[in-house]
Amino acid sequence: MGEVCLIGRPASPGLALSRLFVLTDSVRSTAARPAGDPAREAERLRGAIIEAIRELEEVSRQAQEDAREMLEFQIAMLGDEALAEAAFATIADGEGADVAWRAALDSQVEDYANAEDEYFRARSADLTDLRDRVLRVLSGEEQQSVPAGTVLVALDLPPSRFLGIEWRAGSAIALAGGSPTSHVALLARARGVPMVVGLGADLMAVKSGQEAMVDGERGILVVAPNETTRAAAQSREAEIEQRSAVARQYQHAPARLPSGEAVTVMINTAGPDELSLLDPAICDGIGLVRSEFLFHGPTLPDEEAQYRAYCRILEWAGSRPVTIRTLDAGGDKPVKGLTIDDEGNPFLGMRGIRLSLLKPDVFRVQLRALCRAATHGNLKVMLPMVATPRDLAEGRAHLDAVVSDLAARKVPHVVPPLGIMVEVPAAAIAIDRFDADFYSIGSNDLIQYVMAAARDIASLSDYADASDPAVLSLIARTVAHGKQTGREVSLCGDAASDPAIVPHLLGTGLRSLSVSASSVGLVKAAIAGALDR
Amino acid sequence: MKNGVATETAATGAILIEHEVGLHARPSVKLTKLAKTFASKIELGLSGNGPWIDAKSIVKVMAFRAAKGSTLHFRAHGGDAHEAVAALVELVRRGFDEGHGGG
Repeated sequence: MGEVCLIGRPASPGLALSRLFVLTDSVRSTAARPAGDPAREAERLRGAIIEAIRELEEVSRQAQEDAREMLEFQIAMLGDEALAEAAFATIADGEGADVAWRAALDSQVEDYANAEDEYFRARSADLTDLRDRVLRVLSGEEQQSVPAGTVLVALDLPPSRFLGIEWRAGSAIALAGGSPTSHVALLARARGVPMVVGLGADLMAVKSGQEAMVDGERGILVVAPNETTRAAAQSREAEIEQRSAVARQYQHAPARLPSGEAVTVMINTAGPDELSLLDPAICDGIGLVRSEFLFHGPTLPDEEAQYRAYCRILEWAGSRPVTIRTLDAGGDKPVKGLTIDDEGNPFLGMRGIRLSLLKPDVFRVQLRALCRAATHGNLKVMLPMVATPRDLAEGRAHLDAVVSDLAARKVPHVVPPLGIMVEVPAAAIAIDRFDADFYSIGSNDLIQYVMAAARDIASLSDYADASDPAVLSLIARTVAHGKQTGREVSLCGDAASDPAIVPHLLGTGLRSLSVSASSVGLVKAAIAGALDR
Repeated sequence: MKNGVATETAATGAILIEHEVGLHARPSVKLTKLAKTFASKIELGLSGNGPWIDAKSIVKVMAFRAAKGSTLHFRAHGGDAHEAVAALVELVRRGFDEGHGGG
């Protein structure tokens, strides 16, 4: 049998070569069980909740500090009679314990999912986790014990389940669904467990005991790897092990070239939730906040909700600079009620600043929240997808209008520096036409536009090469213009997180990179030349 | 169970939340845990006129979604009502005993 390669998204770096273990207790059966008499059903539910609390307390005893808050919260929620109140009421009306519990929790999950504040929205995952844990206990299904050192395969993995598993060398996680910014991905990175998400439904066809290779850096799972793949994996495993030791060593130190020259290393983030488990001391600030995280709710976020979220991010960073990108909707990031559906070519469509200028009411709410939050830290604001000087001028006019309104109403605010993303070739080629306070090169989009290769088409991925001379010359141009005019230039795309690409970027004269939090150590090591040996 | 209602007293108190993020999970867990150490019935509102919710219920406190800058009102009935309100107000004043960066 030949090997099968499944492509997902990288969630935690590292490589594992071991046997698969398919977690089936996370696949909940939906078959309704006939309800017994109400008193008996209520008793079953009460017993299941107590058992779920006991399980969580056991997990909590072995948990580390970064997980305890979530577990304490879950235990407190389960221990509160108000959580199951509605379920007990439907049970009294003749419903079965599992159906009643599921309905009661679903409605609360939905409440949280519809919250205006993204923090509360994110808690819906904690409630889903509780719902499923109690349902599993009710189904009488034993929690499978995961053999140590296996590749865990599941649809998704709730954080409380992750914490109950013993992770060691050879362990890895392969999920059909999931997200690289989920809580469990953060935990996997913190524990050094390689993890790949988004492998798709095909993943669930694999069998426990099959041999497999997980590459958490490239985001792939190879089932039944052949001799060549295994040999390559084994030699890479040793190399990766050595590299992660180097990364740990460099993580907390300021980044320096072999010559001693300093390089700024910042992180990219998709919101305050994922920051809470990170130590700000590893970076020189946040080079990119993707503000789209605020726009995933059922309604557009109001000024207060945005203000609070920006404040949380600035508080985390302390005195370090934080660059928040205004809404970059459109392209591959639709926002309901805002972006244009059915565009023939959305990457070349109404996205980024173009959409903000089309919907000034939405744009100004964000600018107001940003100016108010700027009183809490070192905030900079940048506009995505700027292609002409007019895009920047109109964006700045909106900022000016918002600022004079805040001033007239005596609302405390600070005017943040306004920069642009350099990601449309037109901006990079004629960079001297753009009178922005700073430039941030968005390499993902710059590459796809320079190479004319959409980044969501996997078979074109060979074209997405940051070290292509055409791409590098545009980066060099932007860096040179920044140096000449005393404007800061940084780069915040995936290219900066790739240790193999870092030397090319430094070669253009670039001295400021914004990278994914999980690659800070490796990037700093690459800057120091420590990976060349 | 309890000592009867002979010593029934009522107490109220109000405090502005200055904790950076408001009543998030960890502050809510602390608040309800502390409330449960008192025998009195303790309620929480966002105004002096209610609506009131049970301050011992984490489910209800979280559903309140109280943000930074809102004022929490407490009212309590029972033998230790005064102590309860004083302790809860003090917990909020201390920023839920959290250093910065929590949440």
